[in-house]
Amino acid sequence: MIETAGLRKEFVVSAKVGKLRRERRVVAAVDGIDLRVERGETLGYLGPNGAGKSTTLKMLTGVLTPTAGRISVCGLTPVPQRTQLARRIGVVFGQRSQLWWDLPLRDSFDLLRHIYRVPAPEHAGRLAECVELLDLGPLLPVPVRQLSLGQRMRGELTAALLHRPEVLFLDEPTIGLDVVSKQAVREFLTQLGRRGDTTLILTTHDLADIERLCRRLVIVDHGRVVHDGTAEELHSRYGSRRRVVVDLDEPLAEPVTLPGVALESAEGLRLTYQLVDGTNAGALVARLAAAASLRDLAVVEPAIEDVIARLYARGATG
Amino acid sequence: MVETYLHLLRATVRAQSQYRLSFAVDAVGTSFGVLLDVVSVLVFFRVTRSLAGFPFREAFLMASLATFGFALADLVAGNVDLLRFNVRTGRLDALLVRPLGVLPQLLVLDFAPRRLGRVVESLVVYAVGLGYAGVGWSPARALLAVLAPLSGGVLYGALFVAFGSVAFWWIESAEFANGFTYGGRDFAAYPLTVYSGLFRRLFGYGLGFAFVSYYPALALLGRADPLHGPDWLGWCAPLVAIAAALAAGGVWRLGVRHYRSTGS
Repeated sequence: MIETAGLRKEFVVSAKVGKLRRERRVVAAVDGIDLRVERGETLGYLGPNGAGKSTTLKMLTGVLTPTAGRISVCGLTPVPQRTQLARRIGVVFGQRSQLWWDLPLRDSFDLLRHIYRVPAPEHAGRLAECVELLDLGPLLPVPVRQLSLGQRMRGELTAALLHRPEVLFLDEPTIGLDVVSKQAVREFLTQLGRRGDTTLILTTHDLADIERLCRRLVIVDHGRVVHDGTAEELHSRYGSRRRVVVDLDEPLAEPVTLPGVALESAEGLRLTYQLVDGTNAGALVARLAAAASLRDLAVVEPAIEDVIARLYARGATG
Repeated sequence: MVETYLHLLRATVRAQSQYRLSFAVDAVGTSFGVLLDVVSVLVFFRVTRSLAGFPFREAFLMASLATFGFALADLVAGNVDLLRFNVRTGRLDALLVRPLGVLPQLLVLDFAPRRLGRVVESLVVYAVGLGYAGVGWSPARALLAVLAPLSGGVLYGALFVAFGSVAFWWIESAEFANGFTYGGRDFAAYPLTVYSGLFRRLFGYGLGFAFVSYYPALALLGRADPLHGPDWLGWCAPLVAIAAALAAGGVWRLGVRHYRSTGS
């Protein structure tokens, strides 16, 4: 569905040096990205600010011309075949609206029908579906400028889907939304992804988005892919570990040691152990229970944030 | 395709009709603009009986041609100077992911109906100019009387687009662009003979402003060119307009390719 090879985008940045002189520097925002996405996949595209996520998305959608490399989306080359491609993809840019600010929400959907030349019955069916799933009914007669950000985002999602796109690109779809709206957007996208006929590509800063929605994760940093795979693969590759945290009633008489278990910290009666690669918590818990009386115990799964923070930090130093 | 743009155009008008007061204020403001253009020509004839070899009635015809042509262009393409706003806010990205041309979308979505007032006014001024100038009518001249302001409109429109495209490279280029578009209107409001040397060659022939008013007016009036140009120059305005439109289209496409978008 999507294929890129050696995709690259350079920008010329000019910075002031001294009073009048300007120094021009070429910066590669995207520096050789190879990507292959199959039909029906849901892919999370992740990276710190300025990593080249949006730039990549803009090249995939035909907004920006790549400096070098090959792209094919739905079998088309985005910039030269921009209008053809536009009929087959949907795009939600979190900070760019497809809606008519001063008109009722319903009018925007109607105008998009004309823009994409969707037959009226098909459009009506698709709209009714989105209206129900996203609870848009009461919002249809409201001018877009009076909608809250969350309501507007639900409108944007609908606007991007009315022409039944094969690929839906979402650039930070949950940015700035409150918890309830985020939940609604995620729920909707999960259902869309499950149906399997729409390929979803989303960039986000919100890791909860990724954990809820995407099996596949592509992490970029400094314009390069640093990870492409599932979240579990990410954890095992970057050595994130499950932890066992216990609260004791009394101090241990002697330290508990087991192969594959490391004591991370001991604060008073709270001990935190790390489980190295694939070690089970069972043996450790049994040993602890035998050695002392336990007040509380928890097994903590590794947080994706930690891995990614470590990844970025590594990128920044090296 | 045309139908799609008509839907979009109606939506623009519907959206703007929500701001009636600002519409009224703008309409009044622009109508003063037309008056000012005409008055500025009248002022010269308070002190002189002829302007660079042309009596008032002939100079007035040229001024009215320039004003009418410019008003047409301003109505259709004047909003290209909002490109910098569209680039800065990222609205252009949203237009680029739709299956329509970007330029026609911009022209339709930023259409300003208030500019219609100026077109109507300058049409009236042009009609008066034609009547007052004493044109010896023939079918060919009647055709030219229609084609000339349309060609002028296309030429000014091309300049709006070509100089507006500069915003793809240099975002704060509106003043630079205005210098050529509004400057071109003022240039063509006076007979070409007023100007001399490099200035005349650069703006009159280089950018084609001589074909907005001066040469068509000569042909309408049946006057020989005091600058010794051949008579057929008076009929060249449509060709000049087409060439300008093609060139402007090329510059625009180049600009879109160079578009850098803005963050996130």
